[in-house]
Amino acid sequence: MQGGRTTAASLSAASVKFGNFTALTDITLDIEAGDFWTILGPSGCGKSTMLRLISDLVPPASGRVEILGKTTEAARLAREFAFVFQEATLLPWRSALKNVELPLEIGRKRGIEIPTGDRTPLELLELVGLKGRENAMPHELSGGMRQRVAIARALVCQPKLLLMDEPFGALDEMTRDHLNLQLLDIWKETGTTILFVTHSIPEAIFLGQKVLMLKANPGRVKEVVEIDLPMPRDIALRETPPFNRYCSQLRKLLEAC
Amino acid sequence: MAVAETTIDRTKAKPGLSPATRTRLNNIAIPMGTTLTLLLIWQFGVRLFEVPTYIVPAPSDVIHVFQTDFGLLMRNFWPTFMESLAGFFIGNLTAVLIAVTFVHSRLAERAFFPIAVFINTIPILAIAPILVLIFGPGMTAKVVIAALICFFPTLVNMVRGLQSVSPQALELARILSASKIEVFWKIRLPSSLPFLFSALKIAATTCVIGAIVGEWIGANVGLGALIIESTFNFRSPLLYATVFMSSGLSVLLFASVSIAEKLIVRW
Repeated sequence: MQGGRTTAASLSAASVKFGNFTALTDITLDIEAGDFWTILGPSGCGKSTMLRLISDLVPPASGRVEILGKTTEAARLAREFAFVFQEATLLPWRSALKNVELPLEIGRKRGIEIPTGDRTPLELLELVGLKGRENAMPHELSGGMRQRVAIARALVCQPKLLLMDEPFGALDEMTRDHLNLQLLDIWKETGTTILFVTHSIPEAIFLGQKVLMLKANPGRVKEVVEIDLPMPRDIALRETPPFNRYCSQLRKLLEAC
Repeated sequence: MAVAETTIDRTKAKPGLSPATRTRLNNIAIPMGTTLTLLLIWQFGVRLFEVPTYIVPAPSDVIHVFQTDFGLLMRNFWPTFMESLAGFFIGNLTAVLIAVTFVHSRLAERAFFPIAVFINTIPILAIAPILVLIFGPGMTAKVVIAALICFFPTLVNMVRGLQSVSPQALELARILSASKIEVFWKIRLPSSLPFLFSALKIAATTCVIGAIVGEWIGANVGLGALIIESTFNFRSPLLYATVFMSSGLSVLLFASVSIAEKLIVRW
């Protein structure tokens, strides 16, 4: 607890090693509940590894990682967080709706209590703008639509923390802009905490309240830049001088990495 | 040539057809036309060069046998059909179960995969007499041979299919804290189905070969036994009719697998 607000994720002196290679070192960070963080950094700086560390996919070599005061494993078992990958990773034999329902099916037969959100899978598909496409198979959907199904699937257990690893990286500019706006709406509506990895500086500024800049070899925190731009944001914001000032500031930081 | 002309006439006779229907008609008419032409060449070639019937019978002789000896052909068709089908199910089921074991246990794979490869390298013609010796002249030996011939392609394809799951799908499963059993039923098994069906299509035709080879070695009934018998008695039209029956059986099994695939693998 910090000033009455809950900490969604807390890392203290955490590091990750793959054999002799140090992917991340000495990461100390507190992410407050409800915040939208974007993570930027040169390739190979451990952006994805950081999400994998938080989501219990890779163990810390040292240090501590907590999600809402629990260990990452306990948080995983309680479905406190959800992950959106760069690729939609839908199961091709399931319809859009069935894909969204997948998290509700896993563990049901083992009697595990699965948290369900305020919204049904169908309502979530509506939230991501796929009303009427619930019976479509993944191969019948465009890349952007598939990624929206993946977001709906991530939201189905109403996670308190949403981890997104370059989710729009493979999409075209137009679709990406559209999904950025939609994501901000979803964030506002659900109140979830979002950690969003990207390699696009404008995307990081447009979405984030805070931009976490990582540095490579070994991966560590370079700086946290607060983005003091008003919410809700729209596309026109990108043409404004403050936005461009952030762009050049972050570009300089990135070059210095 | 007459055949080719009637083909063209047939499509021209219905000018109101949509292009899609016309393409479909052409898809049927062209191979049918070719087949009929080849049969006619065969028929007239045999008559023209006065080839004796016991060397090469004309198609009309074979058709005649289908009329006169249909009962005999069917009596020998059913045993081969049953052996092929039983071999198909036993061979593929065993292969699928072993593939599942291999995917979940590296030790089992290391221990038994070389043996599976070794068994596969033995020509089926060489191993068939051994199996007939072991299981006797009844149906069992034929079923085992048919099963054996199906086994290896299905094993290899099924292992590949079960391993074809993307790393991200497995990470998704891990984030959802899925158990091994859930990963298997919800992710691995469905992913493997396209691979399984490729293997089943191979098995659908090879299991018939297995059953017939088994019948060659020692049997009183079955298409394989009838092939041997009609060959030694110079009943060539019957031999040809039996061969067509055998290929018809393969086509039947292959078509069944293809239909099942269309119904199940819809992605």
